[in-house]
Amino acid sequence: MKAIPALTGLLMAGTAAMALTVAMPATAQEALTIVSWGGAYQDSQREAYYKPFAKETGVVITEEEYDGELAKVKAMVDTNSVTWDVIDVDTNHAMSGCDEGILEPIDYAKVGQPREKFVQGAALDCAVGTIVYSTIYAYDADKLKDGPTTIADLFDTAKFPGKRGLLKKPFGNLEWALIADGVADAEVYNLLRTPEGVDRAFAKLDTIKKDVVWWEAGAQPPQLLADGEVVMTSAWNGRIFKAIKEEGKNFKIVWDRQQPDFDFWVIPKGAPKMDLSYKFIAYASDPKVMANQSKYISYGPTVVDAIPHIEPATLEHLPTNPENLKTALPIDAQYWADNNDELLKRFNAWLAQ
Amino acid sequence: MPRAGGVERPSRPATQAMVSLATDIVRTADGVPLKVTLRRVDRARKLKAVALVVPLFLFILLSFAIPIGVMLFRAVDNPEIAGALPNTVAELARWNGDELPDEATYAALAGELQAAHKSKTLGLIGKRLNYELPGVRSKIMAIGRAVTKIEAGPYKDAVIGIDPMLGERRLWTVIKSAGEPYTIFYLLSALDFERTQDGDIVNVSADRAIFRDVFLRTMGISMTVTLATLVLGFPVAYLLASLPARTSNLLMILVLLPFWTSLLVRTTAWVVLLQTEGVVNDALMLLGFVDERLQLIFSRFGTIVAMTHIQLPFTLLPIYSVMKTISPTHVRAARSLGAGPFVAFWRIYFPQTVPGIAAGCLLTFILSLGYYITPALVGGPTDQMVSSFVAIYTNMELNWGMASALGAILLAATLVLYLLYNRLIGIDKLKLG
Repeated sequence: MKAIPALTGLLMAGTAAMALTVAMPATAQEALTIVSWGGAYQDSQREAYYKPFAKETGVVITEEEYDGELAKVKAMVDTNSVTWDVIDVDTNHAMSGCDEGILEPIDYAKVGQPREKFVQGAALDCAVGTIVYSTIYAYDADKLKDGPTTIADLFDTAKFPGKRGLLKKPFGNLEWALIADGVADAEVYNLLRTPEGVDRAFAKLDTIKKDVVWWEAGAQPPQLLADGEVVMTSAWNGRIFKAIKEEGKNFKIVWDRQQPDFDFWVIPKGAPKMDLSYKFIAYASDPKVMANQSKYISYGPTVVDAIPHIEPATLEHLPTNPENLKTALPIDAQYWADNNDELLKRFNAWLAQ
Repeated sequence: MPRAGGVERPSRPATQAMVSLATDIVRTADGVPLKVTLRRVDRARKLKAVALVVPLFLFILLSFAIPIGVMLFRAVDNPEIAGALPNTVAELARWNGDELPDEATYAALAGELQAAHKSKTLGLIGKRLNYELPGVRSKIMAIGRAVTKIEAGPYKDAVIGIDPMLGERRLWTVIKSAGEPYTIFYLLSALDFERTQDGDIVNVSADRAIFRDVFLRTMGISMTVTLATLVLGFPVAYLLASLPARTSNLLMILVLLPFWTSLLVRTTAWVVLLQTEGVVNDALMLLGFVDERLQLIFSRFGTIVAMTHIQLPFTLLPIYSVMKTISPTHVRAARSLGAGPFVAFWRIYFPQTVPGIAAGCLLTFILSLGYYITPALVGGPTDQMVSSFVAIYTNMELNWGMASALGAILLAATLVLYLLYNRLIGIDKLKLG
């Protein structure tokens, strides 16, 4: 007969203990959880932002990594248990997350930089641009002496036999497929807005489908290239730059039809430490601080005033370098915000067939 | 409390009379009827037993039963449109579906789209409708922006003026069906079916049909892996069971060592072994077996090899423990009665191992159905199993209805196979040792 009260007592004690451990950190030091894409990119953020910010303010920064799964954010917002304070997202999620009410609208007065100070397209309703990165493709010059130079070469398996790495998303690949198929740059998105254009892009991708190794995380392409698993691979330019600079790889970047795009800071809806989150974003958007990031990875700043603070030798490797921009193919963010869902569906069906 | 057997004849005179009054009722020392005391003791024991089971029961309920229930519910739950466009859905309830809805319905839609634009929930509406009408998301976003400019009615012509799509029955049928509280849309899609404007269920077009293939592939890979582990594991189990304990213990460690290693580590080890510049290819080239490096990784072959390696102990261990219980005298008796070595093995030894084989194979097959990380790392795009699509829908597309529907169908398929298995082999014959 005594068992029941004893058990209840035990349960209550357990619950109390749990509540106590949960409540403890709240009373301790101020803390901020920042989520980004891991690898070389997060390393650069740590050096340029997290460490100096923590030093200056005494805020403890907890880092987490993800691969752009907005689902986790949605789950937190839906269940009212947001534990991520600031997240680094791509353009597509910055826009669709805003439309679906997962992200907090940004008050630019609290960011410290007015919207006009940002590069065009880098200051969105729910997201503050942090870098200009680019999707490029690269090859190992030790293995390919007379390397590829154009997007057409990426699709030319007769001229350059072997596997290619591509991002496992339709994003960016459809544009390149059309360019390789002879479509003029200005026509790419017009064509993609028609069903025939999408068919044509998939048909072109079909021609190299059996030669493609699909990657999902940004750290994979330099690894695939280094392992000799692919002869060339699409990648985010900073990751390749890092492998060249720090690991001494003889990788070469092909800037033809590079796809410059942004990454953004966002705050999930209902995040508990709004003021601290803004404080961090404002810190990271300060021109002088932002200029520091390109010391660690070859991504460009989104705030115009940061450019004078960057050394000329570094500027050369950024996607925004005029030489690299000559044949750039900027991503049409609106197109992807509107069409990503169904293209992703079709792409996954196409992959599985 | 006195023990049940401790019935004493009361010696004090005061209670003498009572006892004589009810001689047929056996009482304990303090005068309570024995039956009652027994019942009490019994109940206390039962409660103690229940209390011991409660933590496990709660754990299973919270971590297993409720999540599965929620998943099954999500596969048919349909809250988005009913929540975002309640008035429109209410108006559409009276709509007969033959011609365009009336002015009141258009007015309700215009009002609710305006509100949705303001509260930034247009994306949710567009997204839900987009599942059934591909391409409609961008139109809804544009309509939502334009509709804020309409200040007063009549709404019907003004709304149709924004986008001719709003003047077509198709969109309205989709809004109506998406506005119902429950839907079979996700379950249909997960089996490559869709509904036409008139409500007929038809196959989806070939370029979008994938799930039937994926389910068959999942079953196929799981069966191949199960067979491979059986073929490889049976002789090893036999060896382990028949060797003297000292040698077999040593060999057992070799079986268990990989079993104790993390699945991710073992999978990554296969990546290192199988990759084009990897150990296996290097060895084959060096020995001159092949002239050109083989594509071992990112293929079906790699997936099955890695999964077989990981699943081997799951098949092997139940077989081994059943074999340990088989007395060696049976085979000796068969041999002494004139059976050849093969007949003695096949007719006497093997049938006794079947319960172990059944248990091991069932375990491996069901575990294989849910594989995700191994096919993702060593398989190619055409080797991905159902779980990988569940992950895509959960993480990338944020379409949890679809993810749940795929999970529900996989669960149903597994249960059907289990029942079939029960019918053929009998679950009571299963033995883990």
